[in-house]
Amino acid sequence: MAKITRKEVEHVARLARLELTEEEKERMTAQLDSILGYIDKLDELDTSQVEPTTTVIPMVSVMREDAVRPSLKQEDALANAPDRQDVFFRVPRIIED
Amino acid sequence: MELHRLTIHELRDLIQKGEVSPVRVVQDFLIRIGQMEDQIQAFNTLTPRMAVGFAKKFEEMQGRREKLPPLAGVPLAIKDVICTKGVATTCSSRILENYVPPFSATVMARLNAAGALMLGKTNMDEFAMGSSTENSAFKKTRNPWNLGCVPGGSSGGSAAAVAADMCAGALGSDTGGSIRQPGGFCGIAALKPTYGRVSRYGLVAFASSLDQIGPLAKDVRDAAILLKVIAGHDPLDSTSANVPVPDYEAALTGEIKGLRVGIPSEYSIPGMDPEVESAIHQAIRVLEGLGAAQENVSLPHTDYAVATYYLVATAEASSNLERYDGVKYGYRTPRAEHLIDMYMKTRREGFGPEVKRRIMLGTYALSAGYYDAYYLKALKVRTLIRQDFTEAFKRCDVIVTPTSPTPAFKFGEKMDDPLQMYLSDIFTISGNLAGVPGISVNCGFTKSGLPIGLQVIGKPFDEETILRVAHAYEQATPWHRERPRL
Repeated sequence: MAKITRKEVEHVARLARLELTEEEKERMTAQLDSILGYIDKLDELDTSQVEPTTTVIPMVSVMREDAVRPSLKQEDALANAPDRQDVFFRVPRIIED
Repeated sequence: MELHRLTIHELRDLIQKGEVSPVRVVQDFLIRIGQMEDQIQAFNTLTPRMAVGFAKKFEEMQGRREKLPPLAGVPLAIKDVICTKGVATTCSSRILENYVPPFSATVMARLNAAGALMLGKTNMDEFAMGSSTENSAFKKTRNPWNLGCVPGGSSGGSAAAVAADMCAGALGSDTGGSIRQPGGFCGIAALKPTYGRVSRYGLVAFASSLDQIGPLAKDVRDAAILLKVIAGHDPLDSTSANVPVPDYEAALTGEIKGLRVGIPSEYSIPGMDPEVESAIHQAIRVLEGLGAAQENVSLPHTDYAVATYYLVATAEASSNLERYDGVKYGYRTPRAEHLIDMYMKTRREGFGPEVKRRIMLGTYALSAGYYDAYYLKALKVRTLIRQDFTEAFKRCDVIVTPTSPTPAFKFGEKMDDPLQMYLSDIFTISGNLAGVPGISVNCGFTKSGLPIGLQVIGKPFDEETILRVAHAYEQATPWHRERPRL
């Protein structure tokens, strides 16, 4: 049985904000299906008593004084903007007419 | 004298003694790049004027007999995933093609303070996703030992530039083998430090729990020198560990008598190239000849590492790459009617096929209904893989494996089969999942003249021991002095 359907690929692509062509959807479904088939080998392992690893080094929350420090200048932060107006990033309209 | 043939420590010694001008050094490398770049295609961007400018400053200091910083005038190549203020940082992706960072990575600040110069930014697999550098949106980097073969990846440009003497050394990044595997394919010394050893501030993120910056160099001493400069805690990266940085060069004693070398039985796999297998056996005999003791160890979950990696790495990547939305920097589609449409088209037009595939796999593994079955499962298996190393290191000081199951492969050979490409990282991936350091050094050549990589894996934060072993091996063998005929 297929691990992933074309319909699921379309759903995941929407979640990932990724437009796919018809051909890409076709190819992606086949390739993800084969990769997920390989990944199924993890089911051979009983992990019911195993804690997950999210980081390999001990992590502590790092605190610092809430002090004003020099940071990126506004012009520098805007220098790479694809489109801008004054000191704002400009984007296409969000709300339909 | 052909200065470009020299190592970092040789150049450093000549410059420090005032015997060679840093300007001459840089110019020699620039000429070499001019001769080689058409064939090798290692660089995305060259920064000759900047390099010569800094070299002149050091030349003047030399003239005034002032004390120079330790790596003054040593020219390096930097993987195009490391942010460099005022110099394009593209990740070999269309989506960042015109991105010029307003800040520099911590590793760049540290190299700069040590006096090292940047010659340019090197080609890579797009966003460091790949094992051959074929996923670059811009060019195909060729392996200096055989121009019909890939240099490995994702740090293929850095590895090829070092092997072809187009720089004295380089930086790369390693998420599943991206420093060590191209290092092995190109016959150089290439080290992935312990997770947390080097600051990731300014490294464009791929998989944040796995990524680590490290050196690619002509010999082990050079790798030690570069690591010493870039390692250490950084307040700008809270995952950088507050652990003292030893003098790595001082660890290169040549003495490994009594050291226990672990050989994992699981690393003899079907599909392993017989020439690789025999070179590794010979390398182990060399280590024994130097007085090391062989210990059989077991890493029983090795067979699950690739599957685990491709869930953990893609899940983290899908989240990290959400930022490429065409709003604040990078490419934006000119063809969008409204905001969501802009996101969708920008990402479709800006990302290449492998990046899309990994974003899809990662998004799927994190999505409702699949999180437990895939992502959480992978995190648990990651624990088992870590425990394998903890157990094995109770019985040995280092673990020795091939860097890759095969030498460099031909262009196009694995491009249509993502899974086969992923499996070329089978011996390096576990090191990232466990967070342990590893170094690849050249341990011989195939009959067709391709280098073979030997990997030495160490305990967390014990880069000293793997450097010592790799250096002792290097001193006992001729391989690191070989250069490709170009």
